[in-house]
Amino acid sequence: MSEALLEVRHLKKYFPAGRNALLKAVDDVSFCINKGETLGLVGESGCGKTTVGRTLIRIYEPDGGKILFDGQDISRVNRTQAKELTRRMQMVFQDPYASLNPFYTVGEVIAEGFSIHGMYPNKKERQERICELLEMVGLHRDHAGRFPHEFSGGQRQRVGIARALALDPSFLICDEPISALDVSIQAQVVNMLIRFQEQMNLTYLFIAHDLSMVRHISDKTAVMYCGTMVEYGKTQEVYDHAAHPYTRGLLSAVPVADPDYEASHSRIPMDGEVPSPVNPAPGCRFAGRCHHATDQCRGETPVLKDVGGGHLAACHLL
Amino acid sequence: MKHLLEVKNLKVSFDTYAGEVQAVRGVSFHLDQGETLAIVGESGCGKSVSIQTVMRIVPMPPARIKEGSILYNGEELADKSDAEMEQYRGNEMAMIFQDSMTSLNPTMRVGKQLMEGILKHQKTGRDEARRRVLAMLKEVGIPDPESAFRRYPHTMSGGQRQRVMIAMALCCGPKILFADEPTTALDVTMQAQILDLIGRLQRQYDMGVVLITHDLGVVAKMADRINVMYAGRIVESGTSRQIFYHPSHPYTLGLLGAMPNLIQERKEELYNIPGAPPDLFAPPPGCAFAGRCRYCMGVCRRADAPEFTTEDGHISRCWLLDERGKKYRPEGFGGRTAEKGGSDDE
Repeated sequence: MSEALLEVRHLKKYFPAGRNALLKAVDDVSFCINKGETLGLVGESGCGKTTVGRTLIRIYEPDGGKILFDGQDISRVNRTQAKELTRRMQMVFQDPYASLNPFYTVGEVIAEGFSIHGMYPNKKERQERICELLEMVGLHRDHAGRFPHEFSGGQRQRVGIARALALDPSFLICDEPISALDVSIQAQVVNMLIRFQEQMNLTYLFIAHDLSMVRHISDKTAVMYCGTMVEYGKTQEVYDHAAHPYTRGLLSAVPVADPDYEASHSRIPMDGEVPSPVNPAPGCRFAGRCHHATDQCRGETPVLKDVGGGHLAACHLL
Repeated sequence: MKHLLEVKNLKVSFDTYAGEVQAVRGVSFHLDQGETLAIVGESGCGKSVSIQTVMRIVPMPPARIKEGSILYNGEELADKSDAEMEQYRGNEMAMIFQDSMTSLNPTMRVGKQLMEGILKHQKTGRDEARRRVLAMLKEVGIPDPESAFRRYPHTMSGGQRQRVMIAMALCCGPKILFADEPTTALDVTMQAQILDLIGRLQRQYDMGVVLITHDLGVVAKMADRINVMYAGRIVESGTSRQIFYHPSHPYTLGLLGAMPNLIQERKEELYNIPGAPPDLFAPPPGCAFAGRCRYCMGVCRRADAPEFTTEDGHISRCWLLDERGKKYRPEGFGGRTAEKGGSDDE
């Protein structure tokens, strides 16, 4: 039976945005990821999905809520504990150009974590481990001496993955790992992530805006809108029986690579733009763009409701 | 029949210190009024360079047109001077870019930027230009044109800026709109709005649209015809249905196989095209895709594949379509070869 590796309860992260203003980037988000599974986190830019990832790994301190990692409460940790956590929890970043230090060789990029955590003190063993990691991600052992600028985007992302795996973590946060890459290279990287998950029993939080790719890789999917979670459930449930009007609109906006499908399906109109998360008004944050919105939606914040078999959606109309 | 735009055997190279980069190596295509042509391919395949050469906005030098002709309404553009090209840019053809933040001038109010093009290309007074800019802003769905007119680009959202850029491109009533990855930087909901807008304006002004993208979903939604480019060449071209339902080049097959599916759960692994595109400093002899192709035959590495054309104009550059390559074809490849006839035509 699968058990939860990461459990997040009522996570909040607010940023000050001038006098008397709070940018509620993440407002009461809860989810749970089982060992060896992938949770896909989707939503438009600015919905807070990246902030969730960054708060989990302590780039930001949470302002409220609980984070349980492997049964242990990690919402308040000191520096020593935080250091130990980063060994078990690693991140793959979106931009393979900006996330590798240009002054370090690829070998040094990968080995930085070893020095911090005092792993592989023997120079020869360390070198061997670097080569092993490079070969694992499909690069050549001789690449260790090269600098990031000598590589293409896809190869750099492989280096980013090798760095994340260097410390044998159990949990990876992949923040838009493929959105800067070409289609054929995206498939290479995703296949690699899936393979590593099976081999090393890794658990992923896969943050992306590419809904098709999230469907492909995730066991569960969470949809965020303007700092709140609007829908959460098994991937197939969320995609095939989307309950929240936002999820339905979002899915219908994705163009499908099939001309006949495109010609025969009309999109659910969703005009306007995402509202500002600074001092949001009470009520459903999607109400302004929702075609079914009632007075209740504008006045009262909806809570997540079970619509069947653990499939949750936050909408008054359900 | 005379096409609105006809590009024949265009070759563009960049002269760099390291040598000549053959970015576009013999590209031919045409565009008619009111239709949408999509150019698909990975970064560096020459899709942007080829249309930037048509617009002559690629810096020359280092770039140079080595060979080929660009006919606009029957007129040769390839040997026009930069000054002569000014009459075509804006008035006859216009372009929208991927990144609206860097394509708009951050130090100029939106209204002034839009008026600039009209004042430069057409003989109109400032009042008339202003009136037309306001009308155009309204046309592209900017809610309050008067206030948008006075704003700076950074105060607008990405979607709004993209609308401003479309307004700018259409201000002088061009016959051709080049859209270079117009929605890549946008969220899907905004992408859907912008694509709908481009489609509506295209019908309204009867423009030819050339859409450059790597998103096959966008292509399926918008395109009438598709060119698939690889390493500076068009490897396959045909109607949207031909390309999606009867792909006849292993590269196209690979691209389609690499796409995850939104509608159905995909059980099998995504197909990944191994390796990376070839170096265009020294393109390999033979087919440029041979090194990554899972159906590669001996001949592919030695000789460049010629164009194989079916009766209904579906072109592919692949040796598998040669009579002798028949037994190596994967199942369903090409779909409409001689023995099948045109039965599956719609």
